[in-house]
Amino acid sequence: MRFLSCAAACAMAFSLPATAQTPDPANWPAVLEEARGQTVYWHAWGGDPRINAFIEEVGAELSQRHGVTLEHVRLADTADAVTRVVSERAAGRDTGGAVDAIWINGANFASMKEQGLLFGPFAESLPNWPLVDTDANPAILIDFTLPVEGYGSPWAMFQMVFEYDSAAVPEPPRSLEALRTWIADNPGRFTYPQPPDFLGTSFLKQALYGVLDDPTVLLGPSEAVDYDAVTAPLWAFLDEITPNLWRSGRAYPANEPALGQLLADGEVDIGFSFNPGRASAAISDGELPDTVRTMVFEEGTLANSSYLSIPYNAANQAGALVLANLILDPEIQALAQDPAVLGFQTVLGMDRLAPVDRARFDALELGIATLAPDEMGTGLLEPHPSWMTRIAADWTERYGTAQ
Amino acid sequence: MIRAAPGLVVALMALPVAAGLAGAFLPAFGFFPALGGDRFSLEPWRALLVWPGLGAAVRLSLVTGIGATLLSLAATLLIVAAWQGTRSFRVVTSLLAPLLSLPHAAAAFGLAFLIAPSGWVARALSPWATGWERPPDLLIVNDPAGLALIAGLVMKEVPFLLLMTLAALGQADSARRMAVARSLGYGRVTGWAKTVLPSIYRQIRLPVFAVLAYSMSVVDVALILGPTRPPTLAVQVLDWMTSPDLSLRFLASAGAVLQLLLVLGALGAWVLAERLVAARGRLWAASGGRGQALDLPLRALSTLPMGLIAAGVGLGLVGLGLWSVSGLWRFPDLLPQSYGLRVWSDQSAQLWRLTATTATLAGLSALIALILTVAYLQAGASHSVGIIYLPLLVPQIAFLPGLSALGLWAGLDGSLGAVLAVHLVFVLPYVALSLADPWRAWDARAGLAAATLGAGPWRVLTRVRLPMLLRALCIAFAVGFATSVAQYLPTLLIGAGRVSTLTTEAVALAASGNRRLIGVWAIMQMALPMLVFIMALAVPAWIARHRQGVKVA
Repeated sequence: MRFLSCAAACAMAFSLPATAQTPDPANWPAVLEEARGQTVYWHAWGGDPRINAFIEEVGAELSQRHGVTLEHVRLADTADAVTRVVSERAAGRDTGGAVDAIWINGANFASMKEQGLLFGPFAESLPNWPLVDTDANPAILIDFTLPVEGYGSPWAMFQMVFEYDSAAVPEPPRSLEALRTWIADNPGRFTYPQPPDFLGTSFLKQALYGVLDDPTVLLGPSEAVDYDAVTAPLWAFLDEITPNLWRSGRAYPANEPALGQLLADGEVDIGFSFNPGRASAAISDGELPDTVRTMVFEEGTLANSSYLSIPYNAANQAGALVLANLILDPEIQALAQDPAVLGFQTVLGMDRLAPVDRARFDALELGIATLAPDEMGTGLLEPHPSWMTRIAADWTERYGTAQ
Repeated sequence: MIRAAPGLVVALMALPVAAGLAGAFLPAFGFFPALGGDRFSLEPWRALLVWPGLGAAVRLSLVTGIGATLLSLAATLLIVAAWQGTRSFRVVTSLLAPLLSLPHAAAAFGLAFLIAPSGWVARALSPWATGWERPPDLLIVNDPAGLALIAGLVMKEVPFLLLMTLAALGQADSARRMAVARSLGYGRVTGWAKTVLPSIYRQIRLPVFAVLAYSMSVVDVALILGPTRPPTLAVQVLDWMTSPDLSLRFLASAGAVLQLLLVLGALGAWVLAERLVAARGRLWAASGGRGQALDLPLRALSTLPMGLIAAGVGLGLVGLGLWSVSGLWRFPDLLPQSYGLRVWSDQSAQLWRLTATTATLAGLSALIALILTVAYLQAGASHSVGIIYLPLLVPQIAFLPGLSALGLWAGLDGSLGAVLAVHLVFVLPYVALSLADPWRAWDARAGLAAATLGAGPWRVLTRVRLPMLLRALCIAFAVGFATSVAQYLPTLLIGAGRVSTLTTEAVALAASGNRRLIGVWAIMQMALPMLVFIMALAVPAWIARHRQGVKVA
């Protein structure tokens, strides 16, 4: 560990503070002028055809309105784009980088921000920023307890929902305690993606919220408290449910889509996702039966946001700024929230919109399996990133390597 | 020009190989200035040794890699020994093209869908025979012993070795050797093993080594079929390499170097085992046993791998094809409840665009590799260019970050040309591998005869040697083409995300686990190289029909 912290410290020492910015979002006409004719390479996870189709539509709009071409670089893993920027800095390419924009949050964002690999701050100077509802959703200014400080532009909000087949489970468990009992009564019918997968580790954090008397310790670094004592009830919970998990806990699905496939195949009865609209969209595409419904825990479920960030060395920063502003446009936000398109939750405040734009959102149907906003319960804050890293490592040691 | 070819090839290969290796070794010993590692240390190795899954991951890599190689080689030799020269054998060889051109990942997905508890086999038997209304809770795919992974690898490696053996057969004078053995009363299999195998094995040795190195360090197949707690070493290295926690790069590099050492150790053990088998084999051959009675049971046994592979790949593909047009498809329904072309039409624009890029890259890299290979073989170089096989023996995951750093440093990354160059690094060894042995085994007396008739070296090459080796040349081109199509990490890293191919798209979509999408892209990814393979087999056969002199066994 001494070595790791040394490496981190050295990396920090190498990074330079953000210097004068070439495109200045405060001078928007100049940004638009500079952006015209640029091709923006947006590095974003490419695993979901619905998201890919949405990005294509954003591209068409971007080119029509601003003369900027959008290329979606379809990543298998967002960390690939982070790796890319790191390699570029290693090779001394501090301008003209290949990554213009990244869809990012969590540990990837923390890693890039800490190392000074991000352009900005820019988000709060975007022309569409006043439409973003930071009063109702203050959480979008903080990504996994790390202040965003304008280095990423929030564009969608997510909250964990559990998906279940109401034909197989008429009365789903609506708390962690109820889930514990349900798993014991229904062996082999529940699982979670294998940590350190993002969704799998998120389930562990959700469980941690459920077993702790005072979850506020999660908002500080894990080093600040007696980590072993705090997490002991979590490991007790996992020890108890593991024998009754899918495949008796001897194998785990790789990620969110793999878990969704298990639900679609009827191998498990309860799955979960960070996109409350996923189940409805999958039903309308014929990938899930129309008896699937979603629910949240009474104690609340984890909530977080997605951001668009621009690397410090991006070749087309002006174009990336125009893209960041466009995806905050009410028309695009309403498109993303349409359950037939993505079902993402908008970051805009309805009271800040013109009536014509508000009507776009009012016209949206929720979708058969999607909960109404007032049924979503409490959104729990994401714990400090150190919890995620440490719990995932501990999980691997306890459950991930036993043959 | 031909004189310069070996030097050119070495230079072309040496630089990327050296950069790739340095990119693995330096961080493994703590040196990576951009991440703050400016001193050499053994700390990455200490971190690797205390990782609790190390023993299991190493054991898995060894067991699955060596197991898959042994099984593949045994199945290949058995099939050829039992059936060479028969009509069934010609049918089997005509099935090779689809098997070979199928990308590893697509074959693995097809297999997973067949054997999973919610897969086709279970569906076919449920609920009438098994009573399963819901998929049973059985650990078949991703089993801790790696059996599914071994099966997936064998399925793909047997066709590759079979093709390499076929290419070698034509040069081994196998028909006459067999005729002599048979007339002395040897059984088909025993006679083949005693007379043809020794000369064949020498020619397919490098392909066998490549299969061993590949099976031990494969990433995509292991991700789909392999164990997860822990995964194989190569998958774990990839996890570390792509972690947002950049300090894990050092650990990843140490793991990559360990992976390289494991591969080298396994190759060494294999060479030792070869000696032992050869010594025993000489005694066995001298014993004179005719083994007539073995033919029937061994022939029966050899249909097992043939049948399983054909069924596994065939049904797997049909399954993927069906998924690509399926609507809702629940367990235990044998067929989807509804069908539609939604996924195909959604993807069509992207499909055509990427098919064009992929074909351009693959066609050019295979052609350049073929020309370079012929040139350096003609120049008579053999041992000095052994370095070009390094890319086959160094695990990709260790090699590529270094290569990508080189591309960045030269400012070449992100262009089609740079991607073409890096494809060449992987395509050239495979082309050389398929061509070198038939080339050397060519009966030089034909050239001598032409020279006596007054032909110069250039004329001997173009009018005698190349036409006689047409089949081997075509196969080498097709192998190169398929290799290029299948490249994922090189395209992604050097292409900087700006050059997309069918494969980068398919693997990105594979992350979704969406069987409908995987079906669409796997079928396209397979169709392109398959077309080329079919042509590679058909063109020489067609020409042979018109020129008796170039007929091959």
